[in-house]
Formats: sequence, C-alpha cells, structure tokens
Amino acid sequence: MARKHEVLHDVVIKFAGDSGDGMQLTGTQFTNNTALLGIDLSTFPDFPAEIRAPIGTLPGVSGFQLRFSSDRIFTPGDTCDVLVAMNAAALKTNLTALKKGGKIIANTDGFDTKNLRLANYPDGENPLENGSLDNYELIKIDVTKMTREALKDFAMGMKEKDRAKNMFVLGFLYFMYSRDMETTIHFLNDKFGKKPEIAESNIKALKAGYNYGDTTETFTTTYSVEKAKMEPGSYRSIMGNQAITYGLIAASQKSGLPLFLGSYPITPASDILHELAKYKNFGVRTFQAEDEIAAITSAIGAAYGGALGITTTSGPGMALKSEAMGLAVMLEIPLIICNIQRGGPSTGLPTKTEQSDLLQAYYGRNGECPMPVISASTPADCFDAAYEAVRISVQHMTPVILLSDGYIANGAEPWKFPTAEQLPPISVKFKTQLGDQEEKLQPYLRDEKLARPWAVPGTAGLEHRIGGLEKQNVTGNISYEPENHQLMVKIRQEKVDKIAEYIPLQKLDSGLSTGKILVIGWGSTYGAIKSAVAEIQAKGHAVSHAHLRYVRPFPKNLGDIIKNFETILIPEINNGQLVRIIRDVYFVDAKGYNKIMGIPISKTELVMKLEEMLST
Amino acid sequence: MSETITAPALTAKDFVTDQEVRWCPGCGDYSILAQVQKVMATLGIARENIVIISGIGCSSRFPYYMNTYGMHSIHGRATAVASGLKASRPELSVWIVTGDGDGLSIGGNHTIHLLRRNFDVNILLFNNQIYGLTKGQYSPTSEEHKITKSTPMGSIDHPFNPLALALGADATFVARSMDRDPKHLQAMLQRTHHHKGASFLEIYQNCNIFNDGAFEIFTEKGSKPQETLFLEQGKPLLFGAGNNKGIKLDGFKPVIVHLDEGHSADELWIHDEEDIYKAQILTRIFDDPKGEGHLPRPFGVFYQTNRPCYEDVMLQQLEEAKSRKPADLNKLLKGNEVWVIN
Repeated sequence: MARKHEVLHDVVIKFAGDSGDGMQLTGTQFTNNTALLGIDLSTFPDFPAEIRAPIGTLPGVSGFQLRFSSDRIFTPGDTCDVLVAMNAAALKTNLTALKKGGKIIANTDGFDTKNLRLANYPDGENPLENGSLDNYELIKIDVTKMTREALKDFAMGMKEKDRAKNMFVLGFLYFMYSRDMETTIHFLNDKFGKKPEIAESNIKALKAGYNYGDTTETFTTTYSVEKAKMEPGSYRSIMGNQAITYGLIAASQKSGLPLFLGSYPITPASDILHELAKYKNFGVRTFQAEDEIAAITSAIGAAYGGALGITTTSGPGMALKSEAMGLAVMLEIPLIICNIQRGGPSTGLPTKTEQSDLLQAYYGRNGECPMPVISASTPADCFDAAYEAVRISVQHMTPVILLSDGYIANGAEPWKFPTAEQLPPISVKFKTQLGDQEEKLQPYLRDEKLARPWAVPGTAGLEHRIGGLEKQNVTGNISYEPENHQLMVKIRQEKVDKIAEYIPLQKLDSGLSTGKILVIGWGSTYGAIKSAVAEIQAKGHAVSHAHLRYVRPFPKNLGDIIKNFETILIPEINNGQLVRIIRDVYFVDAKGYNKIMGIPISKTELVMKLEEMLST
Repeated sequence: MSETITAPALTAKDFVTDQEVRWCPGCGDYSILAQVQKVMATLGIARENIVIISGIGCSSRFPYYMNTYGMHSIHGRATAVASGLKASRPELSVWIVTGDGDGLSIGGNHTIHLLRRNFDVNILLFNNQIYGLTKGQYSPTSEEHKITKSTPMGSIDHPFNPLALALGADATFVARSMDRDPKHLQAMLQRTHHHKGASFLEIYQNCNIFNDGAFEIFTEKGSKPQETLFLEQGKPLLFGAGNNKGIKLDGFKPVIVHLDEGHSADELWIHDEEDIYKAQILTRIFDDPKGEGHLPRPFGVFYQTNRPCYEDVMLQQLEEAKSRKPADLNKLLKGNEVWVIN
C-alpha cells in the first residue's frame, strides 16, 4: 500500500490515561527515543497527588506532555497536536488542550459504560460515537482487546496482560512517527531482566502496536521530525531533580568536600534523595531523617564537621526548617537548602507547580536573617544552579537557598553536558592553624568577603564553641551588647550583599539593552518568557528578556538594565512575589503577570499580555 | 568508642574555658561539669577530637564551658545535629548535653530516633523535672499535680519515665546517676564513654531555684540508703542501711525482702546488664518515693548490649559501593544515552 510521509517541524503529544496505565513510562520512553535522534524536546509530566486514585475517575488521570521539534524549543507547548486517551476521563480532562483538527488516539475499551459514567459523561453519551469530536481526527483502537490478543499465548493472567497496553500504544506511535523501537526493547530487557516473561510480553505488545499501524490501511500517513539545529556537542536527556543531583555531586568532587544529604521524603523533592542514595561510590552519604527539622540539622552537623551539607525539601518542609536556617545563618556555616516548590499554602497542591516560596526564601525566618537565593530556570539549568549554590555557600561561609519547582524538577530536555575538566574549580580551605596574631581561634574573624574561617573538629589548637546566641564579632563569645548586636546584624547583611561582587553581571537573554518592555523572570517561567518574547520581537517590538539566576543578592547591574526600559513586566506562577522585591529595591513601577493555577504560564497568554501592554 | 589518637596527659583544668560559668549558684550543673571535666581528662582522647553538642536550656550552656569543639544548637535538635556530625566524622568523640525539656519534649522525636539508629554517641540528659531557663514551668518529667507557673491547679500531664522510654526505643546503653554523687557520676560517665553505640545517661540534677529538692530523698544521707538501689554487674540487688534489704523477683514482680528476717542473699535478683527482660522490669521500678511499700529508685547501668552502629554500616556501604564501581564523574555526567550534534 502506498503511504504518504510528511516531515513535520514541531509536534506535541499528550499521553493521558489512568494513573495505573503507565503513561509516565510511555512518555519517558518516547522522550528518550526522540532525544537519541538529536531532536530538541521538552516534557511536562502531570500526575495526580494520590498514588492510585479510584480507577477511571477524573482525579485519577495521569498525563505526560512531550513536545519535539527540529527547531530549538523552550516549552512543552501550550496545546497538543496528538492526544492519547486511554479512557474517557483522560479525554475529558485533556480535550481543551488539543488543537482543533488534532488527532485523538482513543482506547475504545476505556469508553465503556462504566468508564463513561466515572468520567461524568451523561448516560448514553459516548464522545467517540456522538459526533462531538467531529472537529478532530479520531483514531479509535480497542487497545485492550488487541493487547490481549497479541499476548494470548502467554501464560500470565489477564491483569498482567493488560499492563502491557501502554506498550501497544507506544508501538503504534513509534510507527506513526517512523521510529526504531530498539531503545525501548533494550530498556524492557534491562528492566525486566529477572522476569523474562514480562519483558517478552511487553516487547510483543510493543511490536503488535507497531505492526497494527503498519498493516491497517486506515493510516495512510506517517510522520517524522528532523534533527534540531543545536550547538555542536554531546547531549543527553536530563530532568531537573536529576540535574540537581549531578550538580551537587560534581561540586562535591570538585571541592573535595564529602557530600552529606539530610532529607525527609516530600513531593516533588524526593527524587533528589533517591538519586543521591544511588551514588555512594562518590562518597555520598544520604540520611533519611525522622523529620524535616532533623534533615536540616543533621546537615548542619555534617557541615560543622567539614562536609558539604545539603538538605532537600518542598514548601511545607521549608517552613519546618526555618528555625534551623536561622541557626546556619548565625553559625555562618555552608549549607545548601534545595526547595523544589509546589502549590501552597499548607499541603496545597503537592504534585502541581508554583513559584510561591520566593518571599519565604527571602524573609521567612525570625530575626534579621538574610540568605543568598539562587534559582534554576530549566531542567538542565538545575545542574549549573546547584553547582553555583555550592560555590557561593562554601566560599562565602553562608547557607544558600536553591529554588526549583515541580515543573522543571520532573520535566526533561536535552543537556549539553560538561566534562569534569570543564567545570570551574571550587576551592575550599579549612583553617588548619592559628594565625600569627591569634592566641586562640577567633571564629568570627573575617576575610575580604566577610567570610569567617571554617575550622573543623579534629584540628588541634582550634577548639572553639559556636551557637545560635548572638556573638561578639571576631571572638564569637556570647554577647548581649546592644552595639554588638547591631554590628552583627549589619555584617550578616553586608556579607550576603557582598556576594554581588563575586557573581556575573546580569545579561539580557534576548533583545536590545533599551526598549519599551523588559520582561524579568526567574525560575521555570524561562521557556514561556523566552518563546513569547521571541514571537513579539519577530513582530518588530522593542521587548527584551532578562532571566535571574541570582535572586538574592541581585547582580550589581540589574538596576541599570531596568532603567533603560519604559515598562517592566514580571510573569510569575504566584500572586506577585519577585515583583514586590523589584519594586522595593529599584523603586520601579514593575507590573506583574500572575497565574496561580498549579500549571506553568503558557507562551500564548504571555504573548497576549505583551500585545495588550504594547497597544496601550 | 572508636579508637582515637592518644593524647598527651590531660587534667580537668585543660577542659576549662575562659568563659564565666553562668549557672545559678548552687545549681547541680556545676557538679556535673566538674565530673565531666575530670573524666574527659582520663579518656586518652585529644581535646580536638571531642565535640559537645547541646540544644537549648540551662544544661545546654554546657559546651561554652568545655575547652573542646562544641555547638550550642537550637531547642531539641542537638541529637539531630550530632547524628549528622557522627555520620560524616565517625572518628570523633561526640557528646550530647540535653535536658528533660530539650531532649524529651521538643526534641523527643530526635532522641528516640537517634537511639534506634544507634549512633556511637553519648547522651547526657540532665533531668531536673522543671523548665529552668524559661523560669519554672512543668516539664515532661514533672510529677502529676505539680504546681508550677503554668499549672496553678497542678499538672494534669503524666510524666515520662526516661529510661523506660530509651529502652523502648531500643537504646543499647541505659544508665542513671545523680549530681550529688560525684564518684558514681564519674563511674557512669566512664561507662557511657566506653560503650560502643548510643549511650543514654540520665542524670538527676537539682534546680535549686525552681524545683529545689526534687531528688533530695535519693541524694541526702538520711534517706539515700533506703531510697536508692545501686546496680552492680553480677551482684545481688541490695539496699538499705548496711545493705539489710534486697530485691527478689516473684515471677515478673520485684519485691523487697529483709535479709535480717531470715532471707538469704541467694534468693535475690542478680543484676545482669545484658538481660533485656530484666532491664525492662528494672526501668519500670519508678515508684513515687512517698508511696507506701514503694521500691527504691535504681541507679547504675540498667542495660547494655552491642548492635552495629549507624555510621559504621553507612561507611561499609560506601566502601562496598566504591569497590563495586569506582567514582567517575565524567561517566556520571555522560550517562548511558548520548547523541552527538556536529
């Protein structure tokens, strides 16, 4: 049969099904397959807070959005071209995100009476049959039946067979997009090495899906996407939490400080604990503490002993750690606190993304308690942000907060990874003996950065005591002197402010250095802002984009950059946090664009916002 | 304790700092400090290898007065700070100084978790049955009906039995001593140090300002022989004037027998520190000394056993992982699936 083949530039596929349908795995497999072809990509997994919400219900829908393109892309896409709906609930929750004319690949077995009722469709109404999807290209496949049929010779039970449904769908998509299945076959053999019958049945289902596409005459067109024009080099695919892990390990290796992680499981930060626990061969010690407070205080203990102390958490855990962060500020000890933000307040939206802990990072402690804040803007950027957080922490003797969020933590993108040799050195010097003028250690005697010496237990002659009480400058002795307290508060602030002298100047991500609107972003809004600004610039508007890695202190030149624009726009996934700080620091009438829906800001809405601002 | 480098001969004075000791005159903490300084000098550990970590409370000022490494951390968290330090620096001798409020109330969670993990550290819990630093509220070890600033009609709280709690958390060393018996306290500090694993030493400490005399009945000459029972390994449980009384087990129930009334020492309970079942009964001997027919309060080592220490097993895993797969940062960064763009 003659088949057409079309080369596409940009495709967005959303895999959606019940949380037990294996959509995350399916999406990840398609992602890896895409990455290895050198196609640019961006992903957005979206899963329910419940591990297993009732099967077939709307809250139980788990989704994985993958965008891939032969152009450079920076977001997982606002709308999708293809929606894979394993059941009625998956269709219902995701249909609004599908482009008109887009393809729906529906598993008809997931649209039986029971599933339709669970998805709250009116009695007797089946969207696959009632014409309501006429504006889309509907591809109906009884995936369940065909998977069972393909596996009829396997001895396993029906439940086990049904678990391979996602592989049937994946095989079908591999056919549609002209892919080779080797990566997934290799993965399945590897994953189920000890259960060969499971590996075989999955591979069989995968091939059955592929062959179904190949032999069924309905599908007259296959597609492909070419390699993206990316900077030459070696790439791999990486997710944000994984990149933080690697950044921390790399910093530990390059600084020579053994890594200690104190952590308590919390969504969406737990993967950093899981990942780090795998790398004991790098001397990484992971301590799953009894609570968030023990997680950070154990890391403080480790840092006091000369380790690279790290704690990882999300918003509610940050709240619990605040008192200990204050201790780290008083002790002036290196410590990295990673906050993978999620929707709040309280338990909030554990699996949804938000940027609402910035003010908490800035101000959320008792007393005058300044700490540097670093933010990561994309999955791959998490590596550099983590590495930089460590550098600042150990060289300036201060705890540092690293902010990421659920969106980039679980999202993936290609990463042009560095070699160990390319990474900048992180030099750390413990104090090993008394200085010429010292009779005994002066634990709060400062260097030009205002950093105090790191003298670790086991060093003869440097025995000293430190603690959370206010201390006399230089000697570190307890002091309740009024003048001394004011001096110490000012010094601790100045020490953090001074970091601005040791970080790069702010650069514009795109656009000219003067213009009508400067869009300032931080964190995971990077891709949406970059894409929206590019689109606006292409229309000839004087709009520029600056994205902040250093949120506290700001780069020294940020104020000068701001002065050259008529208007400042700050899009954030919160109720307006950076915008308050920028207004406060630079006395500028910055405008916010705020979305607080647990989902990323889309390029489209930002373009609309910019157009609205430009037209007034 | 792990082996540490032999230090030059030290005296108690070597452990004194230039900081003025600021406890109230007459506080039991002075005696404890003196005994700790004396004992530390005999341990053969260099000062730089000793770290004392405390939380918040009167007792937690302790590190400032000890010329070693030390950290005065935050309320209740000394145990957690010490866990992280010991995990990353197993060769250090780590001591935790805490109190009944710090270690059993706000920091109770960390205390029990440290004990079950069995880090090789020493917990000195100064129990004065009151909140001193905050000026006199009842603590989790205060007796029921106690009138304090926060309980004008008497406390409704039932108190903790700290040693039973520690044993319940599977502590590998559980002991009790008191501020007013320097010799016994020194002996117990020695034992605490020499135990490999988490050592829990409860020290009865008099707060002469807010709870004066709380332990008088155990510490004063007149009542001490009748009211205290000093445990010695392999010896019968004897107490009273001239050891005229003893404890025997009637089934699972400890009962008092009078040796001068025809009972012989052969009938008595022989102390065995390694017997967990007997240790559970011993820690439960916690009678109100005002109650009729009450049992004397035991002091000494109730229980001790050996179990692998957290930091040692952690280190073993690190070594094993290194021998299986040497660390290679480039391999880690590269991963398994790489594509090249030319």
